[in-house]
Amino acid sequence: MPLIQDTSDFFDETGNMAKFTGHFFSHGLRPRFEVKELFAQCYTIGYKSFPLIGLTGFIMGLVLTMQLRPSLVSYGVQSELPVMVGVAIVREIGPVITALIFAGKIGSSIGAELGSMKVTEQIDAMEVSGTNPYKYLVATRVLATTLMLPLLTILGDAISLFGAYIGVNISSVTTIHLFFAQVFQSLSFSDILPAITKTFFFGFAVGIIGCYKGFNSSKGTQGVGVSANSAVVLSSVLIFIIDLLAVQFTNLLGLN
Amino acid sequence: MTTAINTKIKPEDNIAKGAPVIVIEHLFKRFGKNVVLKDFNLTVHGEENVVVLGKSGAGKSVLIKCIIGLLKPDSGKILVFGENVPGMNPDELDKVRTKIGFLFQANALYDSMTVRENLEFPLRRHWIDLSQKQVDQMVSEALENVGLKNTGDMMPSELSGGMLKRIALARTLILKPEVILYDEPTTGLDPVTSREIDRLILTLQKKYHTSSIVISHDMNCVKNIADRVILLLDGVCYADGTYEELEQSGDEKIKQFFEQ
Ligand SMILES: Nc1ncnc2c1ncn2[C@@H]1O[C@H](COP(=O)(O)OP(=O)(O)O)[C@@H](O)[C@H]1O
Ligand SMILES: [Mg+2]
Repeated sequence: MPLIQDTSDFFDETGNMAKFTGHFFSHGLRPRFEVKELFAQCYTIGYKSFPLIGLTGFIMGLVLTMQLRPSLVSYGVQSELPVMVGVAIVREIGPVITALIFAGKIGSSIGAELGSMKVTEQIDAMEVSGTNPYKYLVATRVLATTLMLPLLTILGDAISLFGAYIGVNISSVTTIHLFFAQVFQSLSFSDILPAITKTFFFGFAVGIIGCYKGFNSSKGTQGVGVSANSAVVLSSVLIFIIDLLAVQFTNLLGLN
Repeated sequence: MTTAINTKIKPEDNIAKGAPVIVIEHLFKRFGKNVVLKDFNLTVHGEENVVVLGKSGAGKSVLIKCIIGLLKPDSGKILVFGENVPGMNPDELDKVRTKIGFLFQANALYDSMTVRENLEFPLRRHWIDLSQKQVDQMVSEALENVGLKNTGDMMPSELSGGMLKRIALARTLILKPEVILYDEPTTGLDPVTSREIDRLILTLQKKYHTSSIVISHDMNCVKNIADRVILLLDGVCYADGTYEELEQSGDEKIKQFFEQ
């Protein structure tokens, strides 16, 4: 019965992942913190993904503006273009696109790196050398992704808005000053706070799933590829699920 | 279905060699339905080289991973220097691991680090107080021991299989362990390099007076380095004796290993 097998595999996997996450909180966050390694990870993770996030953010802001313009023109409200684009980018598109790109870039590299360390017994070698791999490898990476994604999102949003400014300027003329004044007037604290808060969860999801998949990589080069791949797929899906939960939650809190 | 044939070696013969360093009693380990070790017993004495023979998948790696605490047995005792490894907390494990060296089958060198960083890793990570000068000195001594003085700044990916094995051996020995566990040290190497690794293992063992458990399929290697050979079969210690004793055994299952 493949369906029953699949269902039970799904629950097995979910259970194991929950156990892994529990282990992260109970063992990974104990003292003798690996501060040096954490900074090294923050640097590589932020540095590696920034160019890509910057580029895609810029194009997205530009294209979004160009696409929205005709609709607004037909209602005669093209002066509202900066407001529309600003809200769309800051509240939803910026955080989600940044997180998806981040999952593709960083989730896969964590999955592949830890996967190959697992199958070549480097993780065992660390443990034998008096190093807790949950602290040295998992905690540092998960904290780094959790801390870096919000930062990258803020930078990505800014670059996106700049792209939008260029987009507005293609068919009409605004100063950058006026454009950003319009954008920020329409955005309130309750737009920005939930949007940035959810990115911490996105970052955590990307990190913990990359590590989980890497640690459970099966032997052989294929196994490493599979864990990198499934880390990206699973964290991308989880990003949307978290996004859905986040919007429900902010609505409940009346923050919209 | 099998009972251990303890060929000749009597306990009193071994006591002359040194006090027991590793004592394994009634060890059981299984993964799901796959029973790997069932009532396995073994004693290793001071300065003794014990070679473990066994088919691929017999549980040899599982056995030595239990000894160093990477795997937890289902039941049984593993006394290393009189202390039971499966019952240890992480701090006690870290401490006993400074006395046990482990050479991984695939070397397990950290491929994101240089050779020097690989060797420094166990020194720094066991949270021992060492000055930079002492660390440098230990690293160069370790590299000299394996005859690879000038490789400190190279990456593992730049080295050949035999060199990687030597570096891994240097990393294993850097903390001057009293017991060393070797997982197939010559598998995958050419015959000439294999003999070099054998000689290196013997030389270093003489120099530092270590005891060791060596897993091997390579009968030349076994002949060169074994004080005692045991055969792991169906989860038990099926035979135990010197190389010559096992070689001359009439038992079919033992003979297989010597017929290659
Ligand atoms: N971590 C593990 N999880 C599940 N099964 C394992 C694990 N490690 C080893 N095994 C199983 O235990 C058996 C013995 O493995 P091993 O000790 O690696 O064999 P070998 O004697 O070749 O070194 C094999 O059947 C292997 O599949
Ligand atoms: Mg093995």
